[in-house]
Amino acid sequence: MNKFDEDIITALATPNGEGAIAVIRVSGKECFNQIDKIFKGKIPLSEAKKNTIHYGKIIYKNEIIDDVLVSIFHSPNSYTGEDSVEISTHGNPLIVQKIIEILLKQNIRLAEPGEFTKRAFLNGKFDLTQAEAVADIIQSRNDSALKGARNQLNGLLSAQINNIKNSLIEIISLLELELDFAEEDLLFISRNEIITKIEKIIRTFEVLISSYKFGRILRDGVNVAIVGKPNVGKSSLLNYFVKENRAIVSEIPGTTRDVIIEEVNIEGVLFKFYDTAGFRESEDEIEILGVQKSEKTILQADFVLLIHDVEQELDLNFYNKIISLIEENRVLLVQNKIDKTIKKLKENEIGISAKTGEGIEKLFKVLLERIGQTKIYTENSLIINNIRHLEILTKAKNYLTNAVKSIEENQSQEFISIEIRYTLEMLDEIIGVVTTDEILNNIFNKFCIGK
Amino acid sequence: MNNFDIIVAGGGHAGIEASVSAARMGLKVALITMDKNGLGRLSCNPAIGGSAKGHLVHEIDALGGVMGILADNSGIQFRTLNKSKGPAIWAARSQNDRKIYTLEAIDYLSKIENLEIIEDIVTEAIEENKQIVGVITKKGNHFVTKSLIIAAGTFLNGVMYTGLTPSIGGRFKEEAAVGLTESLVKMGFVSGRLKTGTPPRLHKDSINYSILEEQPGDENPLPFSFKTNKSKFPFLPQLSCYLTYTNEEVHRILETGFDFSPMFRGLIDGVGPRYCPSIEDKIVRFNDKLKHQLFIEPEGLDSIEMYLNGFSSSLPAEIQLKAMKKIKGLENVEMLRPGYAVEYDFFPPYQIDLNYETKLIKGLYFAGQINGTSGYEEAAGQGLLAGINAAAKILGMPELILKRSEAYLGVLIDDLVGKSTDEPYRMFTSRAEHRLLLRQDNAMERLSKYGYKYGLITKEELNQIEEKYSLIHKTIFSLNKLKIKPNQINNLLETKNLSILDNSETASKLIKRPELTISDVLSSFPNNEKKFSEIIDKPEILEKIEIEIKYEGYIQKQQELVEKLDKIENVQIPHDFDYSIIKGFSTEARQKLTKIKPRTLGQATRISGVTPSDISVLFVYLKS
Ligand SMILES: Cc1cc2nc3c(=O)[nH]c(=O)nc-3n(C[C@H](O)[C@H](O)[C@H](O)COP(=O)(O)OP(=O)(O)OC[C@H]3O[C@@H](n4cnc5c(N)ncnc54)[C@H](O)[C@@H]3O)c2cc1C
Ligand SMILES: Nc1nc2c(ncn2[C@@H]2O[C@H](COP(=O)(O)OP(=O)(O)OP(=O)(O)O)[C@@H](O)[C@H]2O)c(=O)[nH]1
Ligand SMILES: [Mg+2]
Repeated sequence: MNKFDEDIITALATPNGEGAIAVIRVSGKECFNQIDKIFKGKIPLSEAKKNTIHYGKIIYKNEIIDDVLVSIFHSPNSYTGEDSVEISTHGNPLIVQKIIEILLKQNIRLAEPGEFTKRAFLNGKFDLTQAEAVADIIQSRNDSALKGARNQLNGLLSAQINNIKNSLIEIISLLELELDFAEEDLLFISRNEIITKIEKIIRTFEVLISSYKFGRILRDGVNVAIVGKPNVGKSSLLNYFVKENRAIVSEIPGTTRDVIIEEVNIEGVLFKFYDTAGFRESEDEIEILGVQKSEKTILQADFVLLIHDVEQELDLNFYNKIISLIEENRVLLVQNKIDKTIKKLKENEIGISAKTGEGIEKLFKVLLERIGQTKIYTENSLIINNIRHLEILTKAKNYLTNAVKSIEENQSQEFISIEIRYTLEMLDEIIGVVTTDEILNNIFNKFCIGK
Repeated sequence: MNNFDIIVAGGGHAGIEASVSAARMGLKVALITMDKNGLGRLSCNPAIGGSAKGHLVHEIDALGGVMGILADNSGIQFRTLNKSKGPAIWAARSQNDRKIYTLEAIDYLSKIENLEIIEDIVTEAIEENKQIVGVITKKGNHFVTKSLIIAAGTFLNGVMYTGLTPSIGGRFKEEAAVGLTESLVKMGFVSGRLKTGTPPRLHKDSINYSILEEQPGDENPLPFSFKTNKSKFPFLPQLSCYLTYTNEEVHRILETGFDFSPMFRGLIDGVGPRYCPSIEDKIVRFNDKLKHQLFIEPEGLDSIEMYLNGFSSSLPAEIQLKAMKKIKGLENVEMLRPGYAVEYDFFPPYQIDLNYETKLIKGLYFAGQINGTSGYEEAAGQGLLAGINAAAKILGMPELILKRSEAYLGVLIDDLVGKSTDEPYRMFTSRAEHRLLLRQDNAMERLSKYGYKYGLITKEELNQIEEKYSLIHKTIFSLNKLKIKPNQINNLLETKNLSILDNSETASKLIKRPELTISDVLSSFPNNEKKFSEIIDKPEILEKIEIEIKYEGYIQKQQELVEKLDKIENVQIPHDFDYSIIKGFSTEARQKLTKIKPRTLGQATRISGVTPSDISVLFVYLKS
């Protein structure tokens, strides 16, 4: 029945495909003995010192498969908490494939997705929020997302949730004490004090909730639509961002028809720029479709760069149309082609040249400021980037708002208490007291095989 | 014939319920008890019910137990407590004539078929191959039995204290039960000691009632039991209680005796905040409170004793008396008996399973105060379920384990097994996380089906109960649909200074308004009276409907939560699960889980020392 204690599992831990090296993970009780059957180094791994690295060859049926480096980890000092081995081979998929096949013949089986992490979790290496964070770290495509996930991994989220839980438990136990002595009609905590405490917690929830947007941005990237009238230089700007001729640029208005997406990493934040068809009345069916697409892109964007040719008059009708699609504070008006004008820009105007690159540094700075609210979220602040957490915190906040309402309506203790209990129940879901199939599947399914 | 299916040791509240339920399920039962004339004696307070305890009595009654009937028949005051709170907190309480309660118990038990009452003391339990086979008594008898339910209350090696002077005994003027603990410990059980106390008794003519606040019973008293004939209720003359308060001077005098208080030492060792039996405790715990409420309660119709509720104490008698004389109304009080504390053996209840059977010895059950609880109602509830389960096992019927979301009795056993606290366990509404669903008014709806299943409630009784609830649900259904026009109710709304209707509104929406009652709405125009003639003169049913409608939102939300939690609640853990194979557990969690052997993941979550991480580890393991 205790299959995970006996089974030794293996999988490729680095991405599939060619690379300089590939790492194959093996984990399970006394897996060193199994590996020794196919590994020839100076000494057998089973006799090697704890947590050391060994050079040697993988040999199977007298055939040398590859030169490898083998790191050995003794329980509990490994990722999974079990005896583990990491085999670094040359990054040739054929070699990797072959080694794994050989391993599978040594009483070792292929790991399921997330099984390494699951074992780590079962061996008490970390709690549920931390397991979730591992999934996020693996998926993180940039620095900031990594930091956010790492804070969660370090238990910051659990710690903060536990703090909140404790202060709610304190309130609830005083309310309950009042009920336990209902006949004596005692008040152990003033209602104003409860309200103050709860409102403070509500504010913490709000900060966390609003951090989600930023957290999500960190993880998935910021969606920025580049829009404007035809020929203002949208495609040129995109090309400048990616430093190559990605989109067709021409003097002919209406060049771009379809949406072109490119990812750019700016100071650790992932941006996805969407070059769109220029807006204008047109008879051309394809162009009309293109404009419709541009509108849709705006609706789904986190942010809009509204490109304007500095030499032209600003068309207010057009501007209003754009801000009917997205809030004005998420739109940044950018004057392009400043290289070919003598017009002086006002202090607060942003001018660039997609041709020379002038002003683009400043554009980045403004952009980061506007989307990142970087002043609020420092490296160490807690950012939630998980939709499950967002939903739970939103519900929790509603319960607490109800609790305050109950107090204001002078309701009896049990009605205040029940809302606080629901809140606690929600918080327990985050830190894993209330574990359900869905939650777990959600977490471990995020992993791919080998993690 | 010294041969029984079930032997119950101890004729207290637990023993009564256990022996009656098992006998009514058709088994041959013996109740062995020290004093045939002391059946169901109220050791302490001459009262049944109260906060959360009233709920227990209603549940016992709904399952077909005895306590509600005995309380109704001996009640000299009936009151619903906490009416200022929501309906989930409302709790029935009765003052009872101590003598009549016991007489009613003797009478009731004498009529039960298959039940033999034997006056003796069980001194030894006998097992063979981890299965109970019999008992030996003080009179030297040997009885053979398939099951033994021990309901010994405060009597196992009981020692009483007033001040620091101990005397052997389980209750005032009663002997202790010696030998049984030792025989259980020999089998491998772990025992511990607990203490509880009782307040002084006062001469009823030495109290100055004229300056005290009188507290009569409810004008329209309601019985506990659905079987009680309401037309003649209450059966006995009704008496009042009186309210008074301690004051700072009283507290200072009591403090002079703290060095002599055996209870007080326990408190220093950290008795939890929930349990607050003695006046000494209260003074220390709530030291910023300058006075504490006391109730002067009658002990019976022709008793000269009054009971000073809230003044439980084990301080030396002279200090108790000196302090009491400073209490308003007690200036010239005559103390007939000082308060005392009793210390006794109990068996930390992790040793029993959710069906009250011990994990160590099959066929052996513990019920009542022996499990570390305190209170008649807690004891009775345990006795009832131990009796049902012991009988069910012999009859090959499924066991009865109530869920926390289903009954206070479910909360009780789950807490006992999982928390196994070392202070006396008393029921509070706060222990029930789903308390909005566990009201007195729906106890029968929740539980009578089980009473019927185990033969403790007759088919006719069940039909009657089901009819009542179907009438309630039918009425709620029509109130949800019934539209009331502005001109039908605006008059009433205006006289009550409430916002009037512009458009028609359903009756239930109107009933939901905090300022309106169901009677207001129904009587707002005559046509409704006819339509609801079946319920209009049944206050109990009207009240129940009103609760269901007014608190619908809360009830529904709570139900959803129950369903959500059931997902973990229902994850079974194999009986002999080996916790040592999972490394991820904390040491404490592993020890506790191994000791308590929870049946489900839900039960495991409530074990103290088992952390969220432990639970998720266990869950992931069970799933893989
Ligand atoms: C001094 C005192 C103070 C208390 N104070 C409080 C309080 O403040 N609040 C509160 O809620 N509750 C209090 N109680 C507790 C309450 O009385 C009990 O919780 C309740 O009565 C327990 O019921 P039971 O059925 O378990 O046992 P009991 O009511 O104690 O009944 C046990 C019965 O078993 C018999 N018996 C015991 N051992 C044997 C044996 N070996 N063989 C045969 N017969 C045996 C006894 O004679 C007795 O009839 C107090 C009790 C005492 C004695
Ligand atoms: N001098 C100068 N010319 C520019 C600048 N940006 C773009 N252009 C020129 O403007 C013309 C249009 O550029 P595109 O980038 O194709 O413009 P667009 O907005 O994508 O146009 P459509 O796709 O047709 O909507 C090209 O000839 C570019 O070389 C700039 O900053 N300075
Ligand atoms: Mg273009």
